[in-house]
Parts: sequence; C-alpha cells; structure tokens
Amino acid sequence: MIGIYLIAAFLISFLLFLNRNKMVAFVLLGLFLALQGSLSIYAYLNFRSTEFIYFTYDPLALLLLLTLGIIAVPAFFHSHIYLEDQPAPAQSRAIYYAAIVLLVTAISAGYLANHIAVIWIFTEITTLSASALIYHHRNKLALEGTWKYVFICAISITFVFIGILFLSLSLENAGSDELSFKNLLANSSRLNPFWLRLSFIFIFTGLTAKLGLVPMFTAGVDAKDKAPAPAGALLSSVLMNLGFVGIFRLYVVIANTPLHHWANLVIGIAAFLSVFVATVYMVKVKNLKRMMAYSSIEHMGLVMLGVAAGGIGYYAAILHIILHAFVKSSLFFQFTQLYRVYQSKSIYEVGNYFKYNPTGAMVLLLGFISATAMPPSGLFVSEFLIFRSLFEAHQIVLMIVVLLLLTMIIWAFGKNIFRILFIPPVMFDDSNVPKISPWESATQFALLAFAVYLGLNPPTEFVELINESVMLLPK
Amino acid sequence: MIDVLLITFLISLFYVAIANRIMTYLKVLAFQGVLLFVVVFLQLSEINPVNLALILLETIVFKSVAVPLFMAYVLKRNNITREAEPFLPNFVSLIIVTFIVVITILLANGVEDTNLDKIFFVVALSSLFTGLYFIATRRKIITHVIGYLIIENGVFVLSLAVGNEMPMLVNLGIMLDIFASVLILGIFLNKIGDVFKDVDVDQLSRLKDH
Repeated sequence: MIGIYLIAAFLISFLLFLNRNKMVAFVLLGLFLALQGSLSIYAYLNFRSTEFIYFTYDPLALLLLLTLGIIAVPAFFHSHIYLEDQPAPAQSRAIYYAAIVLLVTAISAGYLANHIAVIWIFTEITTLSASALIYHHRNKLALEGTWKYVFICAISITFVFIGILFLSLSLENAGSDELSFKNLLANSSRLNPFWLRLSFIFIFTGLTAKLGLVPMFTAGVDAKDKAPAPAGALLSSVLMNLGFVGIFRLYVVIANTPLHHWANLVIGIAAFLSVFVATVYMVKVKNLKRMMAYSSIEHMGLVMLGVAAGGIGYYAAILHIILHAFVKSSLFFQFTQLYRVYQSKSIYEVGNYFKYNPTGAMVLLLGFISATAMPPSGLFVSEFLIFRSLFEAHQIVLMIVVLLLLTMIIWAFGKNIFRILFIPPVMFDDSNVPKISPWESATQFALLAFAVYLGLNPPTEFVELINESVMLLPK
Repeated sequence: MIDVLLITFLISLFYVAIANRIMTYLKVLAFQGVLLFVVVFLQLSEINPVNLALILLETIVFKSVAVPLFMAYVLKRNNITREAEPFLPNFVSLIIVTFIVVITILLANGVEDTNLDKIFFVVALSSLFTGLYFIATRRKIITHVIGYLIIENGVFVLSLAVGNEMPMLVNLGIMLDIFASVLILGIFLNKIGDVFKDVDVDQLSRLKDH
C-alpha cells in the first residue's frame, strides 16, 4: 500500500503542478484526500505490519497518521478559500497545490519510516515542499522568509546526516550495521556510548528545526509567518510532529542504554530554554501569526519536558502533540478569516472582532482557551499530566519556574486576543469589510471540539495506542 | 597518502580563513573537490565499481567544476563586490580556525575506536565548525553559501571514513550534496539576485516581530 500511496501521491502532485484548470485541481485534490484516507484505514487494518522493509505501521505512526488525515481535509478546504480570496497567478496556484500534496505525502511517509535514514530523506522533501509554500506570494519578505528557512533547514539536515554517520559508528560492535530502529533497539546494550552521545546531540539539534525547539527554532517562526495561513497550519502542527517522531524514535533507543539520564538532561535543557524563549517573544510580539508560532514553540517545549521527566510524562507528551496539532491548526485556519477582515497581521490594526465576524470571534476565543490549556480544553489534561510527571521526577523548582513562565504566556496571549475581540481598532475603515459565512468556521469548531473530546473522554482504543507507543520506554 | 591529502584539506581551511576575495574561496572549493576525488579513489577500494564511478563523478564534476563555475557566474551577473567583507579581521579568523582545529584534535584523542581513522574525524569536525564560523562572521549571502559548501565537504570526508562498510551512507551524502546545493544555489541565488540588487544579509532583516 505504501508503494502505491507514494507513487500515486507523487503523480497527483506532478499533475497538479502541470494543471491550470480549477475543476481538474478539485478532482485531483479529492483523489489525494481519498488516497490519504485509505492509507490511514490500511494502516489501521494492517496494524504492526511492515512494508517495503522501511515502513512499519506502528502505534505512534498510526496515531499521527490519523491526526494528519483529519487536519489535511480542512487544510485543503481553507487553502481553496484562501486562493479564491487572494487571487494568485495560475502558476503560483498550481505550485501551491502541488507543494501542499507533496508536504502531506512526505510527512506521512516520515511518520511510517522505521529507519533513521528514511526519516531523513522525507524530512528533506518536507523542506523542499515547505519552501515552495512559503514563497507563495513571491515578494521580498516571502523571499527572505524562504531563504532563512531553506538555509537553516539545509544546515540542520546536514547535522542530522552527521548524526546518522556517528550512529553507524556506534554500531561497530553490534555485529549488524543496519540502521533501523528495531536493530538499534535489539543491540542497545552493545552500542558504543561515545558515538551514541555525539549522534544523539547532532540528530537532536538537526531535528529541532522541524520540531521548533531551541536552538534551531528561528527558521520555523519566519516560515509560519510568511506561508499562507492554511499552509502555516500544517507547518505548525503536523510538520512539528514529524520532528517529534524523529527525535522520539531515537530517544526510545537511547532510553534503553545507560545514556538515558544524560539524554533526559539534554532534552530537558533544550525544552526549558524553548519555553523561556517563547515567553520572552510572546510578551513583546506584535504580529499575530508569529504569536501563534511562538505559542507552538512553548507547547513543544512542554512536550519535551514531559519526555525528559518520564513516567506519565511519556503518555502526556504524545497526547499533547496530537491535541496541540488540532488546536493550533484551527487557530491558523481562523487567522485567514481575520486577515480578510482587517488586511493586517499587526496587533495595532485589529480589534472589535465580535462586531465584524461573530462566529470567527467565537473560534478565536475558544481557540485561546484551548491553546492556553484552560479547562475544559483537552490540553489541560495533557499539561496537567506533564506537570504531574515533573512533580514525580522531583523537579519541583523547574516545575514552579515553568508554571510562572506559562502564567506570563497566558497573560500575553490573553492580552492580545482580548484586544482583537473587544477593543475597537484605531483608524479602521469598516465600510468595506467582507461578510464571512459562518459555515466557513465549521471545520475550526470541529477541530477544537475533537481536541476537547480526545482530552476529556478519550476512547479506550486511543489510550491503548498511546500506551503501546511508549511501551518500549523503561518505566 | 590519504593522510597527506586530508592534511592538505585542513590547510585549505586556514587559507580560507585569511583569504580576502570571493574568487579565492571558489578556487579553494574547487581544490577541495579535487582532493576529495583522489581520497575517494584511494579510500573506497572495496565498494562496487559502478557506485565508485558515480561517487568519483560527483566529486569531480559537481564539487570541483559545476558549483564553483556557477557561483562565479552568479558573482559576475549580480555585480557582487569581490571583497569578502568579514566582520572580524583575518588575523582573528586565523586564530579562531587554529583554535577549532586544536580542539577537534583534543576531542579525537579521547576517541578509542580502532575502526575509525582519527584524521577523518579531525578534518570533518574542523571543517564543520570552520564553516559555521564562516557563516556567522561574513556579511554576504554568497559567503554564507560558501560556508555551507565547506561544511558539506567536511561531512563528505566523514562519510568516506565509514564508506567501505556502508556505501549507502556515502550515497545518501551525495544526495544531500546535490539536493541542498541545487535548492540553495539553483533557485535562490538566482531569485535573490533578481530581487535584492546588492546581495547582503543586512537587507534580509525585515522579518520582525512587529
């Protein structure tokens, strides 16, 4: 199935690139969504089987694949609205659709890969397709954002490659030199710790460009700012999950070696710094899209803190990335509507959103409640579990500091959101504000509601899948 | 013989640190490509001939001819000034590069691994950090790209160290080379040249939080 999926998806992407007709584009995008859906169903039916040596339908991959499948539908829908509203030349439109299909394909294949080099290849493809999306508007700022993204991703991908080389060196005494996670895990006691350490440092640093942690987070923020918001939604949710998958799978190997404690330290430091940096930027940021991007960095920092703390933190981390993907993509989709009303991203030029688009304002309000993890948001459950894991790991000081930082983030986030919702904008001419159909927000409500449902009343199967994903980690 | 070549490679890094003109950098890149060509020829004796031919072709055609020529073309077409304009004086650069090499040698001495030739490790890490230093202290975008290419050459050296056992990794390295270089050079240097007339990172600082 994965073979058919990849061939068909690349073919659809190529046809979309050539095609200039709107109807044909719809048909092709519909076909792709059907293909994506059938891959998810196939993965569910053939749970735990391996295809083409390099792809395994394991619990973590299945969970994230389903998440991606759900988010892809509204992403295509809002992309369509976006491209209708801001007419682009037929060529940019074709490139946009081709790139978004390629991005979703590469992310899916990256989730399923069971070999570090295969994850690496598909991460490269996401850089390529994401850069086409960021450059959609073909202006100076878009070019600057794309250049920074491509350059930093190129360096980080080189880092991952160096990490893979060191990983292969660490296998010297293991008898087998295959770099699949299964083989690494089977030989975890025989891995050379020196090379493994270097390898983890390099792979971790490289993949933080996708995950959005310190040190490589900067490129991602510029990218989410300049990419059209529906594409930004994918960059800020499912693509970050790809970075998480890469790091997490290697972490599972390390956790079964004596380096476990050391790896926790590395991850913990990077995660804490990310939350700190996100707080600093959130307090002073004036660009709404960048504010949401920094909020993603904060959430990824929390996720990695959960991983570093261990125990219930593993479960919470995986729950958190899934719920965060739903909430953050919903906020980004809402941003397209906000931009249509005000034609601006600056906090100084927006306001009184309830008057112009009440449905959208509701999404923004609920999205804010969800993203800051206030009950009844699903993220409340996962964040609560993360803090519990920190407590159980006896990291009380760290926990208190992070809670203080989170309070500042909620204050900054809330200040900006309530300004958008209630305070009348200065010098805003509301004579030609477009009327936005409430139905366009339906998918955003659905995503937020789904996050609440999964957080508060998770189906047994869902809980089991998460538990199985973290089964290989030591208790 | 391989040792001599790799030490020459290391010396070329010092030369880059004190060079002033962008054309000199390109010549050094081409020279490094030739060095790598010979190293591949001597080092990868055990892998199959077709693969070897491919790798040799990549080093000689891509690394030492195509990329430098293309960069020279971009340089000429966009009328980029020929000086490299570093933020720091060359003397400081030289000291820092020396420092980097010394640190990597000390690090390599800590390694106890019979399977790895330490010189590969030293050369690879030195060029990685020199490249990063280069990116951090030069003003022009084109010098950033040159810094990146130096990093790539270093990584290629490292992949050769394990190349006999795992030819797949060398192939992946080549894929990285071609993919990243084509993406960075092919698309962007062209575009950036069209949009920004004098290509300088100072112009790329308009993306801000407000």
